[in-house]
Amino acid sequence: MSLLIEQTLNGVQLALLLFLVAAGLTLVFGIMDFMNLSHGSLFMMGAYFAATFVPMTGSFVLGGLLAIMCTTLLGFAVEAIWLRPLFGRGHLDQVLGTFGLVLFFNDFVRLVWGAAGRTLAVPQMLAGQVSLGPSLTYPVYRLVLIGAGLVVAGGLYLLVQRTKAGMVIRAAASDRDMAGAIGADVTLVSTFVFGLGAALAGLAGLFAAPLLTVQIGMGDNILILTLVIIVIGGLGSVRGAFLAALIVGLIDALGRAYLPELLRLVLSPVAASTAAGALSSVAIYILLAAVLLVKPQGLFPARGAR
Amino acid sequence: MLRSVVSGLAVLGLAAAANAQTNKIKIGYVNTFSGPNAFIGNDEKDGFELALDHLGRKMGNLDVQMIYEDDQIKPEVGRQVTEKLLQSDKVDVVTGYNWSNVLLASVKPAIDAKTFIISGNAGPSQLAGEACSPWFFSASWQNDQTPMALGELLNRRNVKKLFVLAPNYAAGKDMAAGVKKTFKGEVVGEEYTRWPGQVDFSTELSKVRSIKPDAVWVFYPGQAGAQFIQQYSQAGLLGQIPIYSSFTVDALTLPQLKDLALGHVSTQEWVQDLDNPANKKFVGDFRKKYGRYPSYYSAQNYDAAMLIASAVVATGGKLDDKEAFRAALEKADFQSVRGKFRYNTNHFPIQDFYAQEVVKDAQGEFTMKTIGTVFTDMKDVFYEKCPMK
Repeated sequence: MSLLIEQTLNGVQLALLLFLVAAGLTLVFGIMDFMNLSHGSLFMMGAYFAATFVPMTGSFVLGGLLAIMCTTLLGFAVEAIWLRPLFGRGHLDQVLGTFGLVLFFNDFVRLVWGAAGRTLAVPQMLAGQVSLGPSLTYPVYRLVLIGAGLVVAGGLYLLVQRTKAGMVIRAAASDRDMAGAIGADVTLVSTFVFGLGAALAGLAGLFAAPLLTVQIGMGDNILILTLVIIVIGGLGSVRGAFLAALIVGLIDALGRAYLPELLRLVLSPVAASTAAGALSSVAIYILLAAVLLVKPQGLFPARGAR
Repeated sequence: MLRSVVSGLAVLGLAAAANAQTNKIKIGYVNTFSGPNAFIGNDEKDGFELALDHLGRKMGNLDVQMIYEDDQIKPEVGRQVTEKLLQSDKVDVVTGYNWSNVLLASVKPAIDAKTFIISGNAGPSQLAGEACSPWFFSASWQNDQTPMALGELLNRRNVKKLFVLAPNYAAGKDMAAGVKKTFKGEVVGEEYTRWPGQVDFSTELSKVRSIKPDAVWVFYPGQAGAQFIQQYSQAGLLGQIPIYSSFTVDALTLPQLKDLALGHVSTQEWVQDLDNPANKKFVGDFRKKYGRYPSYYSAQNYDAAMLIASAVVATGGKLDDKEAFRAALEKADFQSVRGKFRYNTNHFPIQDFYAQEVVKDAQGEFTMKTIGTVFTDMKDVFYEKCPMK
């Protein structure tokens, strides 16, 4: 039982990390109708900034804030210089243009930080384990991540659902032209949302840096899962991204934990692990295909989305 | 008229080029030079290059021309660049090859082209047994051997219940099979994770915690190893459940792991403090040239270069005489940094395996020290299945 709780926590933690990246991506797509593959690169840059600034300042909080700030500024710069000319163009142009950015950032990182990865230690305060009940201990850092992820998700919900800025964002997401026609400054909203997305990706990078090795291409892996999430959740819907991230995170973690055991009943250990690994990663895509067949606009579409 | 003059010139030019070619040996070198594991490929290249420095960049009377290609850790890319080296560069030897799956994909084109292919690291069981080839030589070991030595070490250390963790690809399965061949206790858990690309091991670590084995054995080469040990420590398992590894904690990951790895014990066919003249020269000059400790990766590639050079010298630089070249390679008449090096019938070395421990040197740098010999003159377990034809 405690193992099940622990594996569920693992899944939720992965889900929240994915949500931070997905939220920015889904808003940018929803509002600007813009396909931004380079969003994963912002995640990677956030992690590299964190692995640089945290040791430099000697403080996780200060270095982390610096890292998020730099990622946000970088997001603004990327939007102004490279993405704005692509806004009116077709999706294929946008995919090609932003894929170029992915390649650029991967090589940029190699130039600046070198080909070998970096590691970032977990902040001393959060390095231990905490007991959550009989025979259940969990790393403090991962638990704090879950808490912080939930707080950010809640804050984002309030921002989008309860404030005037959020209302404009939602209006622009459901009908960009109509929102512009009734006086909302859609360009400003776009820039703001892009910055917000970059900040969230930077935050995710910061959170992920002590767990994963900070390395070239780390954004590419996460981007694929993120794209699946925003399609399952419904493009432009933050709530959808949140719920879809939970589904995907839990399928991945619980699938990896329990599928081998189930398959081992009928297969050899090596074959079972091979099949289970394949199956638990394919499960997500089966869900994606099913959602596209039954509810092409996603499970929890933004209201008014066509 | 003009055309015939031009073609005449072209023929002369080709003849001159062919003439020039006889004075050099072309070596194709395939390894991983991009992505997070590029540091392995570069370390192996550094070992090979140091050997060339020591040889004066000549093998016998031939100048050495190196052509480096990146396999991106992808079997299909490895095969593609190997074919390119064989067909358009017409290299005399191909070497490098860190990853078993890449090597397995690349070996056939080399055999078909009747070109010697020498592994600097990967040693998949297939090539030691049924699929062995007169054109293939290993300068390293067969995959199962290093973990077999570790399994024996675990017996000596009284480990009864073991949890096994390895990535799900050719070498991961060989390595796990190796540990299980010699380990006499019970394997209480066994996981094979996605490779490459799995970056979070929380699911697997939760299982380890719930099963509570006497020890954990892992095989996570390169960047994944640093990641795994780090997460093992974050999960509070370091110091609680002893962890043993193969090809995971080494000269490449130690600068990242530092204190997390202090006292970590593993097995290897070569350790930087082995007491022989060739090794002293290798380690000393490597540290001088590159400013870091060499790893077994660079040591094996140093040996690979010396092995090729010994065959060139023995055949008087006649690269076309493949039979003589093969016979010379089989003799392995060179000073290995491992002290001794001789070939078994399947073209894999017969060699010793040592237990090693992570220590801090006088300058506070982390490195390995030999703490005992586990196997002497060990042969791999597949050679009897090798028909060698």
